[in-house]
Amino acid sequence: MSTPDAARGPAVRVLPRLDDTNRFFWTSGEDGHLRFLRCAGCRHYVHPPVPRCPYCLDGSLVPEPVSGTGIVHSFTVNHQQWIPGSDPYVIGLVTIAEQDDVRLTTNLVDCSPDEVRVGMAVEVTFEQSEDVWLPLFRPADRTRREQSV
Amino acid sequence: MSATSPERLERRSIISGIGQSDVGRRLGRGELDLTLDACLGAIADAGLTRDDIDGLATFPGAGIGTSGFAGPSTPEVQDALRLRLNWHDGGLEGPGQLRAVFAACLAVAAGLARHVLVYRTVTESTAQGEGGRQGIGGGAGAAGGGRGIPRFPGVMQWTLPYGAVSAANWLAMIAQRRMFEFGLTREQLAWIALNGRRNAQRNPKAIYRDPMSLDDYLGARMITTPLCLYDCDAPCDGSTAVVISHVDYAPDTPATACHVNAIGTALRGRPSWDQFDDMTTFSARDAAASMWERTELRPSDVDVAELYDGFSILTMVWLEELGLCGKGESGPFIDGGRRIALDGAVPLNTSGGQLSAGRLHGFGMMHEACVQLRGEGGERQVGGSPEVAAVAAGGGPIAGCMLLTRGTS
Repeated sequence: MSTPDAARGPAVRVLPRLDDTNRFFWTSGEDGHLRFLRCAGCRHYVHPPVPRCPYCLDGSLVPEPVSGTGIVHSFTVNHQQWIPGSDPYVIGLVTIAEQDDVRLTTNLVDCSPDEVRVGMAVEVTFEQSEDVWLPLFRPADRTRREQSV
Repeated sequence: MSATSPERLERRSIISGIGQSDVGRRLGRGELDLTLDACLGAIADAGLTRDDIDGLATFPGAGIGTSGFAGPSTPEVQDALRLRLNWHDGGLEGPGQLRAVFAACLAVAAGLARHVLVYRTVTESTAQGEGGRQGIGGGAGAAGGGRGIPRFPGVMQWTLPYGAVSAANWLAMIAQRRMFEFGLTREQLAWIALNGRRNAQRNPKAIYRDPMSLDDYLGARMITTPLCLYDCDAPCDGSTAVVISHVDYAPDTPATACHVNAIGTALRGRPSWDQFDDMTTFSARDAAASMWERTELRPSDVDVAELYDGFSILTMVWLEELGLCGKGESGPFIDGGRRIALDGAVPLNTSGGQLSAGRLHGFGMMHEACVQLRGEGGERQVGGSPEVAAVAAGGGPIAGCMLLTRGTS
């Protein structure tokens, strides 16, 4: 590939404000795993975090690790300088492998904008910023491809 | 899921008068000043005086949203006109920008008020010039760099860290998904902007009236793929007002009454920009379905369509979800611009839409529908005396629509 990789995100990361409901999610990457709340009763994953399972309205919700793999549902390459100094970066919408109604808005990294496709398999990679581990996603075959070189 | 009441109470309401202030870039006039122009215009157009107005509503009202977005509050307008009100309402949450109109229709139907003044005012162009206009995402760009950047709680925490700060980003992903599912091309999408510009040339109040070619469109600066500059509406200053009256008043209004035939208010998927079940439609699907559940009219009865183009892709979604073309077929349908021209099968955004005539935020769509039904479109008047107009406003998880008819509803 001759086209350079996109920027990993905007020039400045605006970070989430951590509290007791979201801290598990935003710090999950510290041990390399992506986690979502999961219902102990009906076993659905739930996102964003809420106090009660919206599927069964019963059962307790506990953070559980997921595989970290997913599919690009859609994406856009941002060029506008909403955040001054930003090079073009890819905003992706990723559906997690475990459940097709759980999506994350994220940045797609370690690939050129021209490579990104709807339906592309991706895997999580974390970017630490202060006390937050932002889940980003890269092409799922990237690691294997580099190993085979 | 459909509503079950056999009586469509919104049919007890009409638009008895319309008014609009000057519309332009950086007019240098205050929001209340513009609002009073529009309101007094609508009241006079309806053959009323301020003493007849006993209801007042707006979207969204002061204290909500970012600079230049909200317009004056209903208390400000009430006091400025010394209105004596039986009913009043303002707010952001609801089925899109038209929520204030829907509320007014139901207030009139319920007998809470007889003549409700409803307005929507924007001064986003002036705010933009002063550096104060922010995107719907709260303007992360204004946060600056380095330490001390505010952190975000709530729904914005899921998008802002990734630089997904504007509705442009979120809606670009609708467009990209539609390219994947339906084969939409930029050359097809262009026709929302090109058709708008073509019509704006016949609208003396439009912001942008210079001709635009397909090459102009394709060569425009990219904002967030596949949306370019001309896919994004033009911030402006302006105010639009209507009077919603009880249908009994229809014979007495000096203007041609525009009857409210049906309103569409549903939101049946998750109210979220990134978790909604069908990314190609969002809640336009639900609003349109609920509207058609409330009327005997069919999509083929629509003579003119004023469909929100805050971003061009939203108009494509509305065309399909309202049944004005087939599912996934809006690309081929608008390609070449013939079917959506003033003399086409579905005359679309006849004033130029928000892309060329200015971001009056849904109320401009409704105003233009009334202009067309009343036969007052001048150079841009659709032929054949249109009788049924479809109006849609909003997109993403925020959407509402309505059918207006000339003559009895």
